[in-house]
Amino acid sequence: MEFILPAEMKEVPVEEAKRYDLIIIGAGPAGMTAAVYAARKKLDTLVISKNVGGQTLLAPAVETYMGYHYITGAELMRKFEEQVRQFPIALSIGDEVTTLSREDNGFSVLTSQGKNFTGKAVIIASGRRARFLNVPREKELIGRGVSYCATCDAPLFGGMEVAVIGSGNPALTAVNELITYARKIYNIVQVSVKADPVLIEKAKKSGKVEFMSGYAVKEIQGEDKVERIVITQTKGDKEVILDVGGVFIEIGATPNVEFAQDVVPLNELNEIVVDCDCKTEVAGLFAAGDVTNVPEKQIIVAAGEGAKAALSAYHYLIES
Amino acid sequence: MALLSEKVRQEVENLLKGLKDGLKLVIFTQEFECPTCEDNRMLMEELSAISDKVRLEVFDFVSDKEKAEYYKVDKIPATVVGGKEDYGIRFYGIPGGYEFASLIHAMMIVSSKNSTLSTETKEHLKRLTKPVHIQVFVTPTCPYCPTAVQMAHEMALESPLITSDMVEATEFPHLNLKYKVFVVPKVIINETIEFAGAVPEAEFLKHVTNAGR
Repeated sequence: MEFILPAEMKEVPVEEAKRYDLIIIGAGPAGMTAAVYAARKKLDTLVISKNVGGQTLLAPAVETYMGYHYITGAELMRKFEEQVRQFPIALSIGDEVTTLSREDNGFSVLTSQGKNFTGKAVIIASGRRARFLNVPREKELIGRGVSYCATCDAPLFGGMEVAVIGSGNPALTAVNELITYARKIYNIVQVSVKADPVLIEKAKKSGKVEFMSGYAVKEIQGEDKVERIVITQTKGDKEVILDVGGVFIEIGATPNVEFAQDVVPLNELNEIVVDCDCKTEVAGLFAAGDVTNVPEKQIIVAAGEGAKAALSAYHYLIES
Repeated sequence: MALLSEKVRQEVENLLKGLKDGLKLVIFTQEFECPTCEDNRMLMEELSAISDKVRLEVFDFVSDKEKAEYYKVDKIPATVVGGKEDYGIRFYGIPGGYEFASLIHAMMIVSSKNSTLSTETKEHLKRLTKPVHIQVFVTPTCPYCPTAVQMAHEMALESPLITSDMVEATEFPHLNLKYKVFVVPKVIINETIEFAGAVPEAEFLKHVTNAGR
């Protein structure tokens, strides 16, 4: 059994009255890397985030972050946090930005705790959250068998039959996490499984996984908990009912941009559009990581983009 | 073999140097220990050995029935984190994984008798008139769960009317069935109010005040 502690707290006061050089929204790989680069440039920096780590916290294993052969997402983010806390960076963790607006020579942010901060420049690194399937009964049964976090909820489905919806790495990661607990796992895939071969191989080896390729979920059924799902062929009329007690939805993620949509242009996928310097169309406003239109949503890519965003913000601040 | 690695033990030692007043860990186990009782007892023994400000009291759930009744402990393994008085802070099941941070947090707030709740929240909690029992269901692998557990424990510290339990869901499957726990964190208040997720302080308070009016 693991015993996990948060990184040692070295508190830097968070002050509403002051005008920060830089406000970083989000504390995942992009936001935390940006914070370190900003601190090294001596920028007076505030980071605001619901938690440290974002979606990376849910990664049971990371094998593609250079320098580590294998590390859990949580442990990696703890190392990020330890590194950030070596610098005089104000961290407002447990709060969330609700509104970003422009003001004279800078920006102001309102938070869910009712705080108001101002900064000369802003980096949005707010990441993504799980996307809904948008089928009947999905929202009513969230927390009653419908889950978007296999890492959190898989242990609650011991001995049960469950379905995982999705074809990419997150879906097959969820499948593999469920292998330890569930009796049987159906993987529902519209076309074909696109995950890394190593994940597919592990799922197949377990003997517990049935791949249902060429099917889409029509509806989830159940009164006060999930009892079954109805799936239909994507190229045909065949309908299949699967008696499952859990449905894990892993069909990608949507950018966390609601607080900024009146300020910054978004593309058709609701991603913040940035250039190769992480600049948005708004002077002084930068973005990095999974919230942007940069392809390949990977931890290592996000961290690199975070570094670029902080350096671009630094150049903006010294030139303006 | 020790449960805590040397690295974690040292980190805990550093953290416990910040303890202000003494505190006690009161654990309930039984002669034929439940599947996780032994690990829970070992964990608490290791923690109490790290700081002389932490005292361990071990009771048998069956033969020390009057103590179990005194602390209103109804299942094991159970751990009460208390100081000079009992603040109603409980852990049912092993506080492992991410919940280890919640255990250390509970020890720190009990020792300092201070929470991080806002002044407004503290004022609202003073106005409670009825007992409030908060149960926060968690799994050790849930990174969002400690936020809910720690908030509930801080509320228990602030109000003598609140009792707050962390419940490790996988160790109490009958409670998962009873409360239909399919997601964590899941919070049950006074058997009547339930919600899922690590909600902001104001929202958590709203549910608590609704239960305690």
